[in-house]
Amino acid sequence: MIKFFLMVNKQGQTRLSKYYEHVEISKRTLLETEVIKSCLSRSNEQCSFIEFKDFKLIYRQYAALFIVVGVNDTENEMAIYEFIHNFVEVLDEYFSRVSELDIMFNLDKVHIILDEMVLNGCIVETNRARILAPLLILDKMSES
Amino acid sequence: MALTVVSQIFPREMIPAVLPLIEDKLQHSKEIIRRKAVLALYKFHLIAPNQVQHIHIKFRKALCDRDVGVMAASLHIYFRMIKENSSGYKDLTGSFVTILKQVVGGKLPVDFNYHSVPAPWLQIQLLRILGLLGKDDQRTSELMYDVLDESLRRAELNHNVTYGNICTWFKIQKVQKAILFECVHTVYSIYPKSELLEKAAKCIGKFVLSPKINLKYLGLKALTYVIQQDPTLALQHQMTIIECLDHPDPIIKRETLELLYRITNAQNITVIVQKMLEYLQQSKEEYIIVNLVGKIAELAEKYAPDNAWFIQTMNAVFSVGGDVMHPDIPNNFLRLLAEGFDDETEDQQLRLYAVQSYLTLLDAENVFYPQKFLQVMSWVLGEYAYLLDKETPEEVITKLYKLLTSDLVSSETKAWLLAAVTKLTPRAHSSNVVERLIQEFTVSLDTCMRQHAFELKHLRENVELMKSLLPVDKSCEDLVVDTSLSFLDGFVAEELSQGAAPYKPHHQRQEEKLSQEKVLNFEPYGLSFSSSGFTGRQSPAGISLGSDVSGNSAETALKETNSLKLDGIKKLWGKEGYLPKKEGKAGDETEAPPVPQESIIMESVDQTIVKKDQSQVLTQSKEEKEKQLLASSLFVGLGSESTINLLGKADTVSHKFRRKSKVKETKSGETTSTQNMPCSYFSSSSDVTYEDDYYLDTLQDRGDKELNKFSLSSELLDSESLTELPSAEKLSSCTESTPSLFTDNMEGLHTPSTVASVANEISLASSLLEETSEHMHSDLVEVCDNETISVSSYKIWKDDCLMVTWSVSSKSGLELKSANLEISPTENFKITEQPGCCLPVIETESIKTFQYSVQMEKPFTEGNLSGFINYQMMDTHSVQLEFSVNLSLLDFIRPLKISTENFGSLWLSFANDVKQNVKMSESQAALPSALKTLQQKLRLHVVEIIGNEGLLACQLLPSIPCLVHFRVHGDVLALWFRSSCSTLPDYLLYQCQKVMEES
Repeated sequence: MIKFFLMVNKQGQTRLSKYYEHVEISKRTLLETEVIKSCLSRSNEQCSFIEFKDFKLIYRQYAALFIVVGVNDTENEMAIYEFIHNFVEVLDEYFSRVSELDIMFNLDKVHIILDEMVLNGCIVETNRARILAPLLILDKMSES
Repeated sequence: MALTVVSQIFPREMIPAVLPLIEDKLQHSKEIIRRKAVLALYKFHLIAPNQVQHIHIKFRKALCDRDVGVMAASLHIYFRMIKENSSGYKDLTGSFVTILKQVVGGKLPVDFNYHSVPAPWLQIQLLRILGLLGKDDQRTSELMYDVLDESLRRAELNHNVTYGNICTWFKIQKVQKAILFECVHTVYSIYPKSELLEKAAKCIGKFVLSPKINLKYLGLKALTYVIQQDPTLALQHQMTIIECLDHPDPIIKRETLELLYRITNAQNITVIVQKMLEYLQQSKEEYIIVNLVGKIAELAEKYAPDNAWFIQTMNAVFSVGGDVMHPDIPNNFLRLLAEGFDDETEDQQLRLYAVQSYLTLLDAENVFYPQKFLQVMSWVLGEYAYLLDKETPEEVITKLYKLLTSDLVSSETKAWLLAAVTKLTPRAHSSNVVERLIQEFTVSLDTCMRQHAFELKHLRENVELMKSLLPVDKSCEDLVVDTSLSFLDGFVAEELSQGAAPYKPHHQRQEEKLSQEKVLNFEPYGLSFSSSGFTGRQSPAGISLGSDVSGNSAETALKETNSLKLDGIKKLWGKEGYLPKKEGKAGDETEAPPVPQESIIMESVDQTIVKKDQSQVLTQSKEEKEKQLLASSLFVGLGSESTINLLGKADTVSHKFRRKSKVKETKSGETTSTQNMPCSYFSSSSDVTYEDDYYLDTLQDRGDKELNKFSLSSELLDSESLTELPSAEKLSSCTESTPSLFTDNMEGLHTPSTVASVANEISLASSLLEETSEHMHSDLVEVCDNETISVSSYKIWKDDCLMVTWSVSSKSGLELKSANLEISPTENFKITEQPGCCLPVIETESIKTFQYSVQMEKPFTEGNLSGFINYQMMDTHSVQLEFSVNLSLLDFIRPLKISTENFGSLWLSFANDVKQNVKMSESQAALPSALKTLQQKLRLHVVEIIGNEGLLACQLLPSIPCLVHFRVHGDVLALWFRSSCSTLPDYLLYQCQKVMEES
């Protein structure tokens, strides 16, 4: 199962973090910095899975933005790896060419999208149209 | 609409309330809502599986939903449930297989495709479920073979077809690979089938050989799974594995090592371990080190080719692993050394080699070794240095001494070192170093070091004793430690007959300690413990023997001495006890050196010496302590004795009794502090006292077993309610109160009618009349009515809960149909419906009653309990009627019947207190009247009245006690509340004020 979902830029600033398992707030920042450090220290040739303490990190880089997912042993790394891409594709579709700024200023929407896709540490929806459906309804409501 | 459901998914704990709503949503026409509902149920299942048990059928419906999303959502629930209990869902295998077949066959709507792969994550989830279902089950596995084959083939096929299409190739391949990987995993976890295995193996081959590093990683991971079943596969990929070993990416390396770890055998161990050590030296992360060190040590123990290699590997492990490694590793190592193998000469060689290697290691200048390593070294040197030919013990001692004086060594390690020196001393003929060492450490600030030094000094004065104490190479000989210490039985009996206090179990003493600190009625332990330094030689023996035998009790016995020396003693126990404990864990047979030392003292020097010593040093406290110790060890023996003596019958008696006593306790509202303790403790405590009492009982009266059994159980009742009382009192009360309680118990145990009444009361099947006559209850208050029915309610203040009863009566005398009462949940109350309230048929008078027991979740002054009633008259539509009932704090307050002693101990154990002066009206200016008001209105229990002061106690249901101390000055009442709950005193105070003002 997925333990946490992080979006971090290259400077190590956390753009989005979501935990599916209780972690103390004070420990979160510590964990995040450690996670980021270990991800940033890796080159392109190295594999995108890291064994980190008792769980695994799966990361993917999009321009200056890293997406890091922490999972436990039972998860299929490759599936998560592709899931990250799926997530980015959804963002891309919604924001039409997503950038870091989009994420910074529409954090609520990103969260909604993520909540649609991941629930209690499980991937629950991967169908792009369906993920975006509630969000689009919301948008329509706010417009009118 | 959809979003409301989403929000419910996360923070819900009030499942029962929301559940029906969500169940409705399962039938909603929009797929998204159905899907969200299923997910909400999944969440419920996660947090409280019991509460959604009844809707499992609905899950099945969801699984067969016409929409894919809903079906996919239900898979999560199934995955979870199957993981917990795979056998219960075997019948669903067929449907999962069909679903997978459809998915793989591309029957899903196109928008589920991810880069033209049909719903990859869905496939993965399905495969996982199948893997769980098919585990070790040939029949179910057979169902899956086809579909697995199909999905493997598809995955391959896709892979090949799209090969030409460069743009999308990578992505497709990746997802496909993820599926493939899961396939392989599944194939290997289900009951094996050769064809499939072959195919899967081929896939793995492709993974491993892939140039893409992520795939390589996956391949290696898959190999690790596979390798346990089929090591030959590893052979095929030998070269790749070797390449991976030297891969620049540490993660790949790590995975490869993991793989190697699985295929290690006696032939390849040296290479593999070497690789592992190399990796170990590079890595810095603690977690990895701990993990890897454990693995190496395990492998080394299992497959070590020869002694030298083994010792060297272990040395490397110790020096790298250092202090972070698991404590089992050095323990196992030492055990291995001590127990040896079958061949004696080989053992000697191994030990000799170890000793030699350690000496050379110690020779090296300016090298810092981890503390654990030093400890291991010192033990080995102490035990086996005699094997050395060239070097004399003196030289070894000198080396150890050098370490001892070093600043880098922790005091724990120093203790190990000193123990080693002690062991070596008898073999050294004359040693100035030892002299110097003794001199130096007898003035050491560290008490445990000083203790050790004194031990050594005394032993040196008596060489004979020393030699017998510290035999050569006897560390793994079975020491017969008489755990029951039967040779002390006589002594204890004697002491008992002289009026000494019998041994009290651990918890009891703790409670006593609590009360003793305040009440000051407890002399024996209060005395100082001045003799300990002087009697160093045998007190540690006693202590650690005691500790060995009955761990905590000895320690607490020491704690209770409460003197200055306490520290030293405790530490000593820790240090001395350390070895036996550790070793004892590692292997029963191996007793570490301190234990032989002590037990031999105990056995050879024996009681007489103990007594002689005692008379020399004799102080009261010493004797007391001895007694405690002896009694404590004796007690352990008794535990087994009594179980032998006692017939199974007696056991059941006590068991029955225990249940009964609990009921009784709650019934009388007598919440001693035991009630606050966890249940397990409760039963164990009663067990302990049970044995204890039994022993006393047998002392008193061995003859009449039959009577014994009953008096025994009655004693139990006594001891339970009186655990806090000093045991002398307990004893007397045991004997005194036996007759009365005896009869009481007789009733409880043997008169079916009483049992029945108790059962009745619990199940509440009994009628209202009976109920209300038993307990205080409020008047019937009409809460709401309309033209046809009226609802009235009353409260029953039961001793263990508040019962709220609603009775619905039809005015017209017509029969009420399907009347249903629902209470809306509030955060303050915990409401449980009582069985027997949902009788479908209404009684003849067209009155229907509902009973709910209400418990307060957190204290507050007043709360509102509201709900509604649904009913249907004859052939009319259903009507809903709302009502609400006020509940105040007082409804949940019950008297707490405790004694003054208990009050004292409880009083001090509570942290939250509130003080307030309340003015009294003229009429009740006197203490008795004020008391009476409080007692009646607030249901407080009057514990004691002393002059113009009084003690009151009450408890908030279920069991939060609150104590009140009050004093009257003229017309002012000074109230002082204390409770374990922080808010309760405030609320109670408020109630008190109100009551006083009113009257």
